Amino acid sequence: MSGNSLMNVALPKGRLGEKVYSLFAEAGFECPAILENSRKLIFENTDAGVRYFWVKPSDVAIYVARGAADIGVAGKDILLEYRPEVYELMDLGIGKCRMAVAAPKDFRENPERTLRVATKFSRIARDYYGSMGRDIDIIHLNGSIEIAPILGLSDVIVDIVETGTTLKENNLEVRETIVPISARLIANKSGFKFKRAAIERLMAGLGGAGK
Amino acid sequence: MEIRDDILDDRERIGFRLRELYHSHGFSRYRMGKFEEYDLYSRNKDFLLSDGVITFTDTNGRLMALKPDVTLSIVKNIRDRGEGLEKLYYCENVYRVSEGADGFREETQVGIECMGRIGKRTIGEVLEMAAESLGALDEKWVLEVSHLDLLSAMVDGVALDGDMRDRILRCAGEKNPHGISEICREAGLRAGAEEALLTLLSVYGPPRQVMPAVRKLAEENGCGAYARELGEIVAAFAGTDAADKIWIDFSATGDPKYYNGIAFKGFIEGIPDPVLSGGQYDALMRRMHRKDRAVGFAVFLNRLDGLAEAYPASGESVSRAQSSGSEPLGRKEKEAGDE
Repeated sequence: MSGNSLMNVALPKGRLGEKVYSLFAEAGFECPAILENSRKLIFENTDAGVRYFWVKPSDVAIYVARGAADIGVAGKDILLEYRPEVYELMDLGIGKCRMAVAAPKDFRENPERTLRVATKFSRIARDYYGSMGRDIDIIHLNGSIEIAPILGLSDVIVDIVETGTTLKENNLEVRETIVPISARLIANKSGFKFKRAAIERLMAGLGGAGK
Repeated sequence: MEIRDDILDDRERIGFRLRELYHSHGFSRYRMGKFEEYDLYSRNKDFLLSDGVITFTDTNGRLMALKPDVTLSIVKNIRDRGEGLEKLYYCENVYRVSEGADGFREETQVGIECMGRIGKRTIGEVLEMAAESLGALDEKWVLEVSHLDLLSAMVDGVALDGDMRDRILRCAGEKNPHGISEICREAGLRAGAEEALLTLLSVYGPPRQVMPAVRKLAEENGCGAYARELGEIVAAFAGTDAADKIWIDFSATGDPKYYNGIAFKGFIEGIPDPVLSGGQYDALMRRMHRKDRAVGFAVFLNRLDGLAEAYPASGESVSRAQSSGSEPLGRKEKEAGDE
């Protein structure tokens, strides 16, 4: 099988990616080399017709949209924020968390004032408050969002909440859930046409995992 | 006159081949200037592929734009033909902010537009030209074809308002059935209300494989006429080499404010984005107070750069008089023995 005919899969580095690989392997796309402890990032099993590569979770959608990967697994948060031109084929039902608005426990919102919102997810925040007609000032941060309200940089934050422990430890609480988040199987629109058989075989194998 | 293939750059070579193809099928060249009044684009913003438009103030004080689109200019400038039919082709540069790119880019697109009395025969001819265009570029292509009126009718069966309709259509374009179910659940629809729509979106592939299911589903949901129209138009490909490269696929969507009826997108293996996009745009014609119907498509030459780089010019001459049925410009030689 030539390199072109392998199904290229972008996996998100980390625990989620490892879980996704297990699901894919169970679905018939095994690649045992990926489990070896090495610094390699690309692994292939020509017998199974698959090539995996580890990428930063937020980059998976870029690899897929640009066609470097035929398929990949990305969080719904990334898909909502960047709106890549990809197919969103399945909700894998793993990596569940939620996109939420959080604020200091004693914060009282003044509707007459512009709300200052710190977030990594500017589009999601803008769409959410835009749908309510609320005037906001977005403060785009790349990490440690939780400290923004503590230091007076923002009134609230919009961020991913999994267990809520980090919020609690920083004296914040969830005020609103914007949208539930989970891992999605995505595909390049062109790749889907030409690797259809393999992608459909994978989806059939994942049937129980997704919904 | 002969033009040596190796003195042309990749886009010129492909552009000439496509122009030759359209010319040989009776389409006339439509030429246009690079500028247009900005007002045309501000009134039809959602129709544009790009959010940004490069504007400048002309010497007479009018706000002008470097063209971000070709179709709008043609619609604006060609008079209604009534019972007649205008068949045009173009090869133009447009100025857009491309998806994922920083700043504006100059892009070249070649395409055809038919305006006037448009029936199934003309739509079929345009679809055939789209298939021939893809075939002239490469051997490995797929042309996905959808019927927007059929899709809209099925979406309207579940959508409670315009916002819900837009969100469902977006999910349809993403092949995202779980997203549609989620939207219906949020709206409080009874469980399974979206089942027929999900079934429609789940069938895709060559017409001979999927049309029976599409027809049945459409008949059951009161929109059989659209399925029959779709079936009749794609039937022209039955028994041809292209038969299995034409796919019925309802994820080929379009904004109903502008598009209706048959819509299609063309893909070439190894190129991540659709290289061809088109369909009927009677709705745009109505918005621009035109009585004619219209159908056309564009081929995005910039998106073919990867293909041309991987498979350089052969060095052979291409005669302008050469038949349009010549072999693809793409990877023919390379693929031999590749698999």
